[in-house]
Amino acid sequence: MTLSGILMLFISAVFIDNFVLTKFLGCCPFLGVSSKPDTALGMGCAVTFVMTLSSAATNLLYNYILVPAELEYLKTVAFILVIASLVQMIEFFLKNKLPALYESLGIYLPLITTNCAVLGAALLNIQEGYNFIQSVVFGFGSGVGFTMAILILAGVRSRLHFSNPPRSFRGIPIVLITAGLISMAFMGFSGMKF
Amino acid sequence: MTEKPTVKEQFRSGIITNNPTFVQLLGTCPALATTTSAQNAFGMGISVTLILIFSNLFISLLRKLIPNQIRIASYIVIISGFVTMLEMAIKAFLPSLSNSLGLFIPLIVVNCIILARAEAFASKNKPIPSVIDGLTMGLGFTVALVILGSVREIIGNGTIFGLSLFGSWYEPAVLFILPPGAFLTLGFIIALVQKLRARRDEYKRQREIETRRRKREAGI
Repeated sequence: MTLSGILMLFISAVFIDNFVLTKFLGCCPFLGVSSKPDTALGMGCAVTFVMTLSSAATNLLYNYILVPAELEYLKTVAFILVIASLVQMIEFFLKNKLPALYESLGIYLPLITTNCAVLGAALLNIQEGYNFIQSVVFGFGSGVGFTMAILILAGVRSRLHFSNPPRSFRGIPIVLITAGLISMAFMGFSGMKF
Repeated sequence: MTEKPTVKEQFRSGIITNNPTFVQLLGTCPALATTTSAQNAFGMGISVTLILIFSNLFISLLRKLIPNQIRIASYIVIISGFVTMLEMAIKAFLPSLSNSLGLFIPLIVVNCIILARAEAFASKNKPIPSVIDGLTMGLGFTVALVILGSVREIIGNGTIFGLSLFGSWYEPAVLFILPPGAFLTLGFIIALVQKLRARRDEYKRQREIETRRRKREAGI
């Protein structure tokens, strides 16, 4: 794998195949915690962090434990357990070593276990047959893509507070339509095939 | 839950008043991703329903054995076991569905609806009501997905369940089967649901005022 190949993988994970806007992975936090830009940024960072580490861990687990033991069909069960325990460990670690970061991530950290983007990245790594380095880059790139999408939506939503949509559209519908428009803008990147 | 809901109430709640997708906004990821056609939406809905029924049944049976502190982890293990079984079954018997749903079959594990029903209902109720709860919530999800999938397929492709609806004059708006269409369609449907609910609440309020007025007049 050349350096340029890795860069391409990263760019395509961030822009072209953006996790939220084209693959619909991680929609729940995307719609749920995007009401303020700073919480959105916290969530994005937490997801990126967990996604990178879990991509690495699940790749090693799959290639060095599940494949030799011929237990590939257990990958979903194994991955979700790895992700859950990883989140728990990160929580312990941050609490003791980096309390400031722990405070700022707060409730978002445990919620990441049930974020389908994290499990989705782990499963996609296996499906696409990425090696260790590619998996880590893909996990990191997808996390950055998620952070970018949620930040853009949070930015638009903080403006939406001052607007006056029709009554039935208040709340979630207008947010979904905003997301649709952002997704349309991201479709522009799909021409950038490498 | 102190009072037991009747079966009829459970059906009403799962499909209409507490519809998981349109009202509770749970499980939006598969609802957006797998509704490119009515057929895919139906396949996804039925898969989730099956998982909900079995996971609710087993969690309800084991509800007294699972220690409270590790209940979420136990639920996830139970759910992912069933999802793995379903994934293998679909791969073996319905390979085309497996291709079109792809990643979203294993991702049922982290679908919020299933964990929400396990936590809110199955862990507190007897097995039979839990199975019915799984069935009704699953059906509500399926109905929502099929509505979403049909709208997207009709507008985006001019077909429904693969059958052509319009003549050759119809120029399909492909945008609706692409990702942005999913967000737009769901946004408009939820807006419609909110409008209907507001209208129903208003009607109820009017009727209440009316009955109160009648009672007062009768009293006098």
